Amino acid sequence: MIDKIKDFASHFFVTGDPLIYGADVSIGLSMVAIFFVLTYFKKWGWLWREWLTTVDHKKIGIMYIIASLLMLFRGGVDALLMRAQLALPNVHFLQSEHYNEIFTTHGTIMILFMAMPMMFGLFNIAVPLQIGARDVAYPFLNAFSFWMFFVGAMLFNLSFVIGGSPDAGWLAYPPLSELSGSPGVGENFYIWGIQLSGVGSLASGINFVVTILKMRAKGMKMMQMPLFTWSVFASCVTIIIAFPVLTVTLALLFIDRFAGGHFFTMLHGGNPMMYVNLIWMWGHPEVYIVVLPAFGVFSEVVSVFSKKRIFGYKSMVFSLMIISILSYFTWVHHFFTMGASANVNAFFAITTMAIAIPTGVKVFNWLFTMFRGRIRIEQPMLWTLGFIPTFLIGGATGVMLAVAPADYQYHNSYFLIAHFHQVLIGGVVFGYLAGIYYWWPKMFGFKLNVKLGLWAFWLWNIGFYVCFMPQYALGFMGMTRRVYTYGWDMGWGPLNLISSIGAVLMGIGFIFQVWQILYSIKYGERDTTGDPWDGHTLEWTIPSPAPEYNFAIEPIVKGQDDFWRMKKEGIVPMTKESEIKPIHMPRNSGIPFIMSWFWFIAGFGFTFGWTWMIVVGLLGVAGSMLARSFTKKLDYYIPVEEIKETEAKFGRLV
Amino acid sequence: MSQAISHTNDHHEEHEHHEDLSVLGFWLFLVSDVILFGTIFATFMVLRSHFDGGPTGKELFEAPGYITETFLLLTSSFTSGLATLALNKGKVNQLIGWLVVTALLGLGFIGFEVSEFANMVSEGATISRSAFLTAFFTLVGTHGLHVSVGLCWMTAIMIQLKRNGINALTTRKVTLVSLYWHFLDVVWIFLLTIVYLMGVM
Ligand code: HEM
Ligand SMILES: [Cu+2]
Repeated sequence: MIDKIKDFASHFFVTGDPLIYGADVSIGLSMVAIFFVLTYFKKWGWLWREWLTTVDHKKIGIMYIIASLLMLFRGGVDALLMRAQLALPNVHFLQSEHYNEIFTTHGTIMILFMAMPMMFGLFNIAVPLQIGARDVAYPFLNAFSFWMFFVGAMLFNLSFVIGGSPDAGWLAYPPLSELSGSPGVGENFYIWGIQLSGVGSLASGINFVVTILKMRAKGMKMMQMPLFTWSVFASCVTIIIAFPVLTVTLALLFIDRFAGGHFFTMLHGGNPMMYVNLIWMWGHPEVYIVVLPAFGVFSEVVSVFSKKRIFGYKSMVFSLMIISILSYFTWVHHFFTMGASANVNAFFAITTMAIAIPTGVKVFNWLFTMFRGRIRIEQPMLWTLGFIPTFLIGGATGVMLAVAPADYQYHNSYFLIAHFHQVLIGGVVFGYLAGIYYWWPKMFGFKLNVKLGLWAFWLWNIGFYVCFMPQYALGFMGMTRRVYTYGWDMGWGPLNLISSIGAVLMGIGFIFQVWQILYSIKYGERDTTGDPWDGHTLEWTIPSPAPEYNFAIEPIVKGQDDFWRMKKEGIVPMTKESEIKPIHMPRNSGIPFIMSWFWFIAGFGFTFGWTWMIVVGLLGVAGSMLARSFTKKLDYYIPVEEIKETEAKFGRLV
Repeated sequence: MSQAISHTNDHHEEHEHHEDLSVLGFWLFLVSDVILFGTIFATFMVLRSHFDGGPTGKELFEAPGYITETFLLLTSSFTSGLATLALNKGKVNQLIGWLVVTALLGLGFIGFEVSEFANMVSEGATISRSAFLTAFFTLVGTHGLHVSVGLCWMTAIMIQLKRNGINALTTRKVTLVSLYWHFLDVVWIFLLTIVYLMGVM
């Protein structure tokens, strides 16, 4: 009996690696610490009522952002481990299998569990406020989306200590990811972690499209919406079309692994190349899904901090939509070398290069907006300015990669690694950080410390160039991606060392940001006006942090940048006591949280192939749905008195 | 008093607002479901001739089976239409009655499909025999899964109708479930043509 348990445990828990023991210990300790702190300060009830059951989009947004920062940390540690391994030739700090696991988890976490949730966090924080709405279209679904992302991320991360991590790359190409190539549970963790959070992403996509179409304040036409909201719209439309493809692709891979199917195997008529086509039909739009909202943030920031209207509003909107459409017709550029005909490659090379045109339009519009503007270099603007050169270089190298014949040279080299990090870090991460700095006062009611922010900014920026510029050269010198070590004779040593130093600088930049947040929680400058940046759009008309009902009186909009108009006309946003009516609000619910954890149980069961656990999980899911379906009290009214009190507290009541 | 009146008006407005919202959201969900099926259809098209020496569609598909299934599903779509009519007339019992008929027809469809699958498996045509069969079971099975989920959903709605009668909420739920049901019907037509009819040709 004891032996049996021991045997099981040694397969179940990943053992034999000091890194993993370290992780076990730190997971254990943090669980104990969290438990202790919550119990000691009697915060369990508060946690449940205020956060775990909330349907308030602002709180959901904050939870998304916290979770994504944690994931940025995890993905960043992976990155540093890899850069440590590659810093010098012949290092054997990580074994080759371990290196494979780490680049796989790094890529997956960064894109699906860091970039996506940070993006949804910003959607949640800003979109309802920008369009003058009290909430998103489906608040309950919104909470469900968040918890599905959360349990998906947890499931994926669990693979590090239980059962073993996936190691077939962030897109899990078969036949490597098939049972024959990866017999462990790692790829199952990959499939189910992404599948669960993918359901959440799809639901969010639908939620925000409906929100934007139907919940805009009276008078706000589509062509008067703030550009961030437009970018969210473009991104969410893309989600609705792209994510089902991902769901199917992963489901088919799972059928191969779980039920002995032959979609992508080498035997019995399977076709691995079909997987590569399918996954990139999602994968390429995915990179635009994450970058378009960053463009939206830049548009807001550039116009506010130049004290000007955005230049070429209409062309900005059209270019967003064109990019999201074109993004579907480029996927083959990820495998020009697969041996499709020259005509096919030429078609996809041209569509890929065509995306540079609307993107270029955007960059020029930002530059024209700044031209002759009264520019203020606050933190959001700083990150925007940092973004422009990085993105220009990233775009240029992207066009180089799009030249099909030339790609035979760069394919899967470090040139590619440098290119996509350039756009992902310079475009996506810088963009979201700009967005977080920009909306931070709206979320929490205080500004983040500038001095620490400057340190963080320069460390990230300089670190970025030091890390990735040498990699372009390494690519030309023949270094391919996913190599775990190399010999002295290759001559790659010095550039790799420089690159690793850059990675460390970015890591220190991140530490400065954590410090900046902690420091500012204590000493940060309070924002009493609700409008710390002299903003143009509706979110700045209400107090910071926004009250739970957002707008005491629903705004009526007269045009684009309506708050700016009000300021020009000398109108101060105040709440007229006589106009206050009771506000209809959705009730909190524990069901999204509980249902998602049942999905987690089912996902874990699928991962290990334990039928009883799958059954328990799915029954729980069905039970939660029924419970929801039979819930009667879905909403409540905030009484006039309470609204008056809140508004008076902010000094808004007249 | 005037306060109270404007309050109820508000309430009403919000509810209408809400109905409108759910229907749009549901349409978007259907769009994503179309893409989901489209993707599986595409893989089926790629693999439909990858028999690997195993049984082909021509050998496996039996006309009485899939024709009965088609008949059951099409009829159920019709009866769900009758349910909607009863809903519009506000007749609860009639509405529940037609929903029960719809669900029974759907159940019959699932029954035939399961027995069809069982037959195939007993003849050695399992999911792991060839890429063609993997794609077949996945595509037809996904549709079957959708129908089963629809059945559970419909049952829950019938219970609610029994308890609460017809109100704004249940009206919306019935509208959505019948939309879903018609959608599955349309998908089945594609399945019938592409998988079965083209398979036996
Ligand atoms: C913060 C600094 C970062 C550093 C130092 C870094 C470093 C690395 C390294 C060393 C690799 C492995 C290259 C190889 O051996 O093939 C890699 C791969 C990758 N990184 Fe990063 N990375 C960073 C941030 C990011 C971010 C922000 C994202 C996405 C938003 C990202 C996405 C990826 C992806 C998708 C891969 C490919 C994984 C695979 O080959 O399967 N990285 N990164
Ligand atoms: Cu691409």
